[in-house]
Amino acid sequence: MAKKPTAAPAAKAAAATEETFALRSLQEAHAANKRYAASDEELLHFYEQMVLIRRFEEKAGQLYGLGLIGGFCHLYIGQEAVAVGLQSALESGKDSVITGYRDHGHMLAYGIDPKVIMAELTGRAAGISRGKGGSMHMFSTEHKFYGGHGIVGAQVPLGAGLAFAHKYRGDGGVCMAYFGDGAANQGQVYEAFNMASLWKLPIVFVVENNGYAMGTAVKRGSAETEFYRRGTAFRIPGMDVNGMDVLEVRAAANIALDYVRAGNGPVLMELNTYRYRGHSMSDPAKYRSREEVQEMRDKHDPIEGAKAELLARGVAEDRIKEIDKRIRSIVAESADFAENSPEPDMTDLYTDVLVESY
Amino acid sequence: MSIELKMPALSPTMEEGTLAKWLVKEGDTVKSGDILAEIETDKATMEFEAVDEGVIGKLLVAEGTEGVKVGTVIAVIGGEGEAVVPAQAGTGGGEKPASAPAPVAAAPAERPAPAPRKADPAVPAGTNMKMSTVREALRDAMAEEMRRDSRVFVMGEEVAEYQGAYKVTQGLLEEFGPQRVIDTPITEYGFAGIGTGAAMGGLRPVIEFMTFNFAMQAIDHIINSAAKTNYMSGGQMRCPVVFRGPNGAASRVGAQHSQNYGPWYASVPGLVVIAPYDAADAKGLLKAAIRCEDPVVFLENELVYGRSFELPELDDHVLPIGKARIMREGKDVTIVSYSIGVGFALEAAELLAAEGIEAEVLDLRTLRPLDKEAVLTSLAKTNRLVVAEEGWPQCSIASEVMAICMEEGFDHLDAPVLRVCDEDVPLPYAANLEKAAIIDAARIAAAVRKVCYR
Repeated sequence: MAKKPTAAPAAKAAAATEETFALRSLQEAHAANKRYAASDEELLHFYEQMVLIRRFEEKAGQLYGLGLIGGFCHLYIGQEAVAVGLQSALESGKDSVITGYRDHGHMLAYGIDPKVIMAELTGRAAGISRGKGGSMHMFSTEHKFYGGHGIVGAQVPLGAGLAFAHKYRGDGGVCMAYFGDGAANQGQVYEAFNMASLWKLPIVFVVENNGYAMGTAVKRGSAETEFYRRGTAFRIPGMDVNGMDVLEVRAAANIALDYVRAGNGPVLMELNTYRYRGHSMSDPAKYRSREEVQEMRDKHDPIEGAKAELLARGVAEDRIKEIDKRIRSIVAESADFAENSPEPDMTDLYTDVLVESY
Repeated sequence: MSIELKMPALSPTMEEGTLAKWLVKEGDTVKSGDILAEIETDKATMEFEAVDEGVIGKLLVAEGTEGVKVGTVIAVIGGEGEAVVPAQAGTGGGEKPASAPAPVAAAPAERPAPAPRKADPAVPAGTNMKMSTVREALRDAMAEEMRRDSRVFVMGEEVAEYQGAYKVTQGLLEEFGPQRVIDTPITEYGFAGIGTGAAMGGLRPVIEFMTFNFAMQAIDHIINSAAKTNYMSGGQMRCPVVFRGPNGAASRVGAQHSQNYGPWYASVPGLVVIAPYDAADAKGLLKAAIRCEDPVVFLENELVYGRSFELPELDDHVLPIGKARIMREGKDVTIVSYSIGVGFALEAAELLAAEGIEAEVLDLRTLRPLDKEAVLTSLAKTNRLVVAEEGWPQCSIASEVMAICMEEGFDHLDAPVLRVCDEDVPLPYAANLEKAAIIDAARIAAAVRKVCYR
């Protein structure tokens, strides 16, 4: 009797297979078409944006060392392909972006003037937050970039709220909410997953897995280290993406955005990446070996990878050098501007606490 | 032996209810678990089950009767085979036609809510007034603002299909549909974040916490995400969200469900904090809160939801945020309070009037920004001041008001300022201990006599 299979479990198994397929379908689509077919000009543009972020962050590190930047300063060096690849797939003026405190790269990827970003880092009135936000708190509502949030994981429900607003208004926009492998262990992330999936909100959740939650390696802090699987419990399809190749990132972004724009609800993307510097400027990064960092720099660097590809395509080396030169001068200019522009007026201490007067 | 069936208490705060419908008739045999009647509390319609077996004797309260006090005998059950004893019991008296159940006269409604004795100058003189509960006033405020502005939506636990855990959102789903009246899972941190994000994205969310006790799970978004963003962004990113729900002690719900968060939120720059007492303020200030460009914490009180007050019949009753209100004029002493404390203060003023002390009662209404000027003006007039607050004493609104009086009103003081707060303990469950822990009119009156040296 017991051996006789009943219909019910079979039906359940079939449903489970279907579900598993649905949750993996985007990953399979990505595996089938891994790299975005960028034109030479597009790839040059990606290269330029990544070099801008790299040089900007190096300069910020220098200014920090000189005491011109204070507090917490989290550099994006090594992770450039993530912001550049993903954001290049968004529709500007329509889609929104929100992230945590490692936010300089996302701002630069929007083409926001490096001067006002650097001036924010040095706490000057010309900064994009008038010097009142600092490294972790930068916003550009003009670009629908909503920050710049310092509490680990908080940007995830906030991003779901932005997605809720897109859906409520029916404006066709999608929110891209970035968070780290560390934030992925915060409870509120899963509260947001649940509601985003339940209400089919137009949002792409992006885990930037750089391997370390501050000083804690992923395997020491996460029972499930494959973050893209963590949406399964909420029926959110996952994608496992190489975050060190800007064209892979872009190809994956297209698949995710098509799925979300079609009204299917959220996608969870895991972007596997690496930060070359410490968690913040004050982190000596003793929890990993020099060799590990060197290996990533030598073999997986997103900028070197893009450069090699450009050269292999036959793009003239002079064009690349010209970009490098131009970026160096843009960054130097932004540092000069940030160093020489005035601090906020003392009256700014009391402005913008509330919008209205009561 | 006959058993008396009494009007049951079906919620922690229920004092009376409506006997909506009898589901049995005289002579029916009932057993444990049978549904006898439907009873409407101020929050919901509940089924009333039989616990004992027997034959329904007399139905002493007619269906449809409103205002039946908890504990009133509503029917009598006879033991099996027993002749039913025509009831003497019941508040309706014994002499009535045997053929029909006699309706019990509705018990006088709970003692009238202590009402303001002075008209609000913000309401034009001669405005028609109607009676409204605070609950209805809040609902009407939301409904009016939702009609006016399509960006306004309501989100929270049980706000839609259940009609509100405390019935404050009753009828909104029907009028505005599920796109704008949204039930959430039990996930305060998550939906507070979603509401905050939606406000950043340009909507006007009204986020209901079933009670503010649960907002502790979400306080990070209220403070770090909502309150600070405008400042951190140099004025670029606004967050016009309203967080609302009941705050403070309810009734017999124990320490984790009984706390006043007014002082917590009122200490945070970037927030507007409102805590109204009566229906007119609840409506006028909730409408103002929804229109306001800043994030607002709107603290209601469960024990006040069911109280009826005069409400101005105006097309658009919106009150100014940040303005205190004189609820009763007096020359001898000022009692400063807010939320449910105002009711106690008005009662105390009544007691004191009989002793020849004319107390002025000032309702702060908004806790941030605090109307210092109103406090100091009243102090300059009476020269004596007591703060009454249903909440803990340390780092309270009371301490803040006392500091203001010391720093800016010292020359006007004829006596030290005193505060009357809840006892400095987690709120106990036992009825006697709970009563002892919470402020009341007698304690406020005693403090007033002290500052008046009487």
